[in-house]
Amino acid sequence: MTKINTSINGKIYSDEVEDNTLLVDFLREKLGLTGTHVGCDTSQCGACVVHLDGNSVKSCTTLASQVEGKELLTIEGLAKDDDLHPIQKSFQNNHALQCGFCTPGLVMSSLDLLNKNKNPSEYEIREWFEGHICRCTGYKNIIKAVQEAIAL
Amino acid sequence: MYNFKYHKVNTIQEAVSLLSSCEDPKILAGGHTLIPTLKQRLSQPSDIIDISTIKDLSSISIQNNKLMIGALCTHNDVSSSPDVISTIDGLSELAKKIGDPQVRHRGTIGGSVANADPAADYPAALVALKAVIHTSKSTYQAEKFFIDMFQTAIETDEIIRGIEFEIPITSSYKKFKNPASGYAMAGVFIAKFDNDIRVAVTGASSVVFRLREVEEALTNKFNISSIENISIDSSNFNDDIHASSKYRGNLVKVLVEEAISDLI
Repeated sequence: MTKINTSINGKIYSDEVEDNTLLVDFLREKLGLTGTHVGCDTSQCGACVVHLDGNSVKSCTTLASQVEGKELLTIEGLAKDDDLHPIQKSFQNNHALQCGFCTPGLVMSSLDLLNKNKNPSEYEIREWFEGHICRCTGYKNIIKAVQEAIAL
Repeated sequence: MYNFKYHKVNTIQEAVSLLSSCEDPKILAGGHTLIPTLKQRLSQPSDIIDISTIKDLSSISIQNNKLMIGALCTHNDVSSSPDVISTIDGLSELAKKIGDPQVRHRGTIGGSVANADPAADYPAALVALKAVIHTSKSTYQAEKFFIDMFQTAIETDEIIRGIEFEIPITSSYKKFKNPASGYAMAGVFIAKFDNDIRVAVTGASSVVFRLREVEEALTNKFNISSIENISIDSSNFNDDIHASSKYRGNLVKVLVEEAISDLI
């Protein structure tokens, strides 16, 4: 077992985890933060994307032990009470989801993109989403949602 | 994945001593090859030694006209570093073509070099840029470091500290990605120095190699027509479901031409 202290969505967590626990399993199974999804479990689909010290990462390819002393932001940390985050709103406005499975990862990834690049071109948005797979939307409305979020 | 004992270390010395005392240890840096391998139960180490928080391994600097990159620098660090962009633009471009943004936020140059995946991108840059690999106990010329598929000159109790690159006049990396995995079906790095040209190829064979005939022709005259009559010997190239060796041979020539036109 390894002891970890980490800040998740602004709240401090101290816990003991099995050494081989993945971050995504720690979030979902130990903390009940089930907004972060496991899609492919092979670091390709991006459903598990969270922010680690301000960078989007795949939580299925990170050990829980590795986040000791670090700051995490998950999809649960975006909305304030009933007010959706502007990126969540733009996903809603643009019908950028159908089944919703890939959405938490895409929203977290979009936020990281817009934090780093205030005005990405369509090409840059598409390139940024290389590590995401959405099987419902054909991506078009996701791109539109990000473009709308630029203005928000 | 199988269970293992996890260790977090703060110094290279601690890591080296664990490497010597543990039964079957593995070093964890960014984990973007190791963790997928563990999840598939393709590897069963007794101990995982997390070196990601060792402090002095994550800086990038220019020293004595060489570019120094710490082993723990992520692909994103390499692609976005002003020092890399201003000295070896081709290396920054190469790092930008690895995986996807989330992978580039975690995967490290030291991890990739130590792993020596035959389809990894960095080996082509290291060999073309006459890189020297600094480890916890020695230094290696890149050409002598990469021995074969997943095989390097590094010993089991040795850790890469950083990589020192010669700064060329100009450089370019061209890669043909496998559309599913994003790994190089072939990748060509050309570095133009004052007195010579280096051309290194990754992804086409079991290990990175130089195209010496092409290098000589380009050193005499740097244009596409000077390599027109050179045929690439693809007899030892990888031959798999993604591409035949003959196809990879053609791909290498096309990528060489693309890199040349990039630099003219």
